[in-house]
Amino acid sequence: MAKPTIGIFKFTSCDGCQLSIFNLEEEFLQIAGLMEIAYFQEGQDAPGGNGFQAGAAHFDLAVVEGSISTELQSKELLGIRENSSRLITIGACATAGGVQALRNWADVSKFKASEYPAPGAVEALAESTPISAHVHVDYELWGCPINSAEFSEVLASFLLGKTPGVPGYSLCMECKRKGIPCVLVAGQAPCLGPVTRAGCGVLCPSLNRACYGCFGPKEGANIKALMRIFQGFGYTENQCRLMLDKLNTYKFREMEEKG
Amino acid sequence: MAIKGTLKKARLEDLLAVLGKSHRIIGPKAEGGAVVMEEIGYKDIPSGVRDLQWPGGCRLLPGKDSQVFSFSPGPDSFKRFLHPPASELFAFKRNGAKIDFLPAPKIAERPMAFFTVRPCDLSALKLYDKIFLGGPVADQAYESLRRGSLVVALNCLYPGDNCFCLSMGTGPEARDGFDIQMTELEDSFLLEEGSAKGAEILEQLSLGQAGADEISAKRRRIESCKAAFKKSIAAHELPGIIYANLGHPHWDDIARRDLECGNCTQVCPTCFCSTSYDYAALGGIAAGGAVSGKRFRKWDSCFSRSFARVHSGNFRLSRKARYRHWMAHKLAYTQAQFGLSGCVGCGRCITWCPAGIDITAELEALRHV
Repeated sequence: MAKPTIGIFKFTSCDGCQLSIFNLEEEFLQIAGLMEIAYFQEGQDAPGGNGFQAGAAHFDLAVVEGSISTELQSKELLGIRENSSRLITIGACATAGGVQALRNWADVSKFKASEYPAPGAVEALAESTPISAHVHVDYELWGCPINSAEFSEVLASFLLGKTPGVPGYSLCMECKRKGIPCVLVAGQAPCLGPVTRAGCGVLCPSLNRACYGCFGPKEGANIKALMRIFQGFGYTENQCRLMLDKLNTYKFREMEEKG
Repeated sequence: MAIKGTLKKARLEDLLAVLGKSHRIIGPKAEGGAVVMEEIGYKDIPSGVRDLQWPGGCRLLPGKDSQVFSFSPGPDSFKRFLHPPASELFAFKRNGAKIDFLPAPKIAERPMAFFTVRPCDLSALKLYDKIFLGGPVADQAYESLRRGSLVVALNCLYPGDNCFCLSMGTGPEARDGFDIQMTELEDSFLLEEGSAKGAEILEQLSLGQAGADEISAKRRRIESCKAAFKKSIAAHELPGIIYANLGHPHWDDIARRDLECGNCTQVCPTCFCSTSYDYAALGGIAAGGAVSGKRFRKWDSCFSRSFARVHSGNFRLSRKARYRHWMAHKLAYTQAQFGLSGCVGCGRCITWCPAGIDITAELEALRHV
């Protein structure tokens, strides 16, 4: 039986999630043994964009990093989707628009004018959007960057045809399992753990730091309720806004509106 | 005649030394601004540490109390040791239609002695024994950890601000379910046997005589503790008040505040829900289709959306429904399932709820609003 083909693509992003794939080290070599890596610019010498011709190849699994920030990207993405049986996103940019989605609530033309000598040459769209705003996504992996172990679990699940064992509940669940005293309750720190998706391995609270939400909103996050608690600690409404407006702004705001 | 005697406070280390000969000692330790439970030695006991707890908050206070045990229970209980947060159930190998199962490796560790179990947690432990051991099939993982364990109970002399065991009928005095019970007196601890195993431990200590004075000092201290409770719950109206109010508008009010983070369920000493999942690393998948992996169990929570996600749907979609289910399980359903209360009045869900949702106040609102 032929090995399933995998293509790994990137749009607007820092490449950190793709590097997390390399961080699998020995397991990365196992991916090469189990799948045909048909497209992976980050892993090859030749430069180039996604440069992908519709119909040129078929992917059993497309892995997409990065948000959609230009017109060209949105076209390339459609090509990838059309030629892939399954498409998953990796990381805050592809899943939630990334830090660059902060511009969705500002005026991009002003940024262009203030930062670039030839603003007209910048092709950026007014908004940075997650992959799911453009095409059907079969599975989303969160995090800035993703947790390598979760990526490996998603690939193993794809190969076995099962649901990935990746949690959608709060970071607090992981924190409590690890027996870490709550930085919010015992330290009155503005920790986003109660509204943030588990998966990072509790990096910040294990070091007595408040979670800043890099894994994005958990399923059913009650963001307004947490912000009221922080306001009770003395943080202003604007300070609370800035806590959420980071790597997953697009999805935190969407979840906040849902209540 | 049951053994009873006093141990000078300066000799408390002797008790730990005797327990430590045969057991790992699981007890309190101050860490990260809270009193947690870990495997400890004598020096770890946060002697004289006082704490302040309020709905959604906890702080250890500077300065030392003259008493050794002046703090109320922290987020941990025996739960994380007898029902570990994550554990391997078994390994499997599948090759075509053939599946082999391999039992999880036995952990050859000494049994545990739970040091200073509070009366509320004794009730929770009784419920756990019923849940994990009382059915037609005992839970092997729990049984192997519980068997050989020792319980040293500590009578509470100061209620925490979120404690309501008195109204729940579970404290502040230990009644049964322990091997030894301790009461802190002025200069000594009164130690009383609760089982033959406990008696064996006490026989190895040189105890002072416990006479009428010590017994009446114990009584006085427990009575003054009872008079100091600030929180109570309408236990006499349970479970009827829950069943009569499943459609109450107050559930909507709770849902506005509820973070559904699951903290209450994780710190609750009677919440026992877990989920299991199969983990097959990429290295366990052979190109020919053979798979080897492991099945794990880890703590779950009815506040997680995935908890009620079943084939083709989710049967508990609203936040209100999730909170109502949890509170009803604590205050009504567990009683129907196991004949014991699912709430023991420890107050942990109140302290460790970032939103400060207070189960006693919510019940009051259901009764009166």
